Amino acid sequence: MMWGEMTRSAFLFLTAFLASGVEMVEALTIVLAVGVTRGWRSTLLGAGAAALLLAGLIAGLGPLISEVPIGSLRLVVGALLLVFGLQWLRKAILRASGYKPLHDEAAAFEQERAEAGRAASGGSVAVDWYSFTVAFKGVFLEGLEVAFIVITFGASKSNGVTIAAAAAGAAFVIVIAVGATVRAPLSRVPENTLKFVVGLLLASFGTFWSGEGAGVSWPGSDAALLGILALLAIASLAAVRLLRHERDLARLAPAQKGAGA
Amino acid sequence: MRWVMAFLRFWYDFVVGDDWLIAVGIVAAIALTALIADQGFDAWWVMPLAVIALLAGSLWRALRKASDEARQ
Repeated sequence: MMWGEMTRSAFLFLTAFLASGVEMVEALTIVLAVGVTRGWRSTLLGAGAAALLLAGLIAGLGPLISEVPIGSLRLVVGALLLVFGLQWLRKAILRASGYKPLHDEAAAFEQERAEAGRAASGGSVAVDWYSFTVAFKGVFLEGLEVAFIVITFGASKSNGVTIAAAAAGAAFVIVIAVGATVRAPLSRVPENTLKFVVGLLLASFGTFWSGEGAGVSWPGSDAALLGILALLAIASLAAVRLLRHERDLARLAPAQKGAGA
Repeated sequence: MRWVMAFLRFWYDFVVGDDWLIAVGIVAAIALTALIADQGFDAWWVMPLAVIALLAGSLWRALRKASDEARQ
């Protein structure tokens, strides 16, 4: 039982840490691109305002969730995590097999920087509203995803909010520290690999909790979580191999047709 | 009104994403699991099977879409 609890807590921390980290890298890319191009004052004001609004939302919504019965909560949270996790996993499999271009933080940074450079300057006004709005939007939207992960994950387990919030906090400190040091996009972060792992973890948790919420007794209790994770990992890696093979065949077909003609 | 629509669109994109079939399939799989468990049978196998089937189905749809686009 103790081992099961520890497994759940470790999974929870790891998933919340990785998922929050991915979203934070995306927000940081936007903030860095706008800050470097148009100045830091309004950019940081926008990012700070978004962080304050997010903190207010979490403080307001967090306690409300604890009023909902745990069974119903596991069902809803499990279903949401499963949908969310499968979307990430699907995207990561398509990227790993070459059917979708890899997400490139350096390219995203350059695109944001070019757009920020093209936008008309706010002149000598105190606040550059372009920088403020873009930074606010980037931090708020990515932060909302982090808040969703922390609140839903946390609500499904006693002390879960504390563990998920600590994981998100650790990710925040690391991403900000690295961002402040390099002042460049974190292009060396293997984002697709992270999304693959997070997608697997979210989908495994989602399967486990939605099953429990629907009235299932898992064989082996909490240890079933590891079984689900292994099953999904094998299926996903097999899908990557199969899709790569299909892609290679599709590439070869026109060449063979041309040679035969 | 524009803010409400943008907020709803954000949540739709966030939760449902690129393939609505995954969301609909998961709701159906949970309903089937609850139904079987309610009858007193073992239902633990339904969710893992459904998740793998949905992932495979969604990837197949993406593959078909990509090959259709390549042909055009």
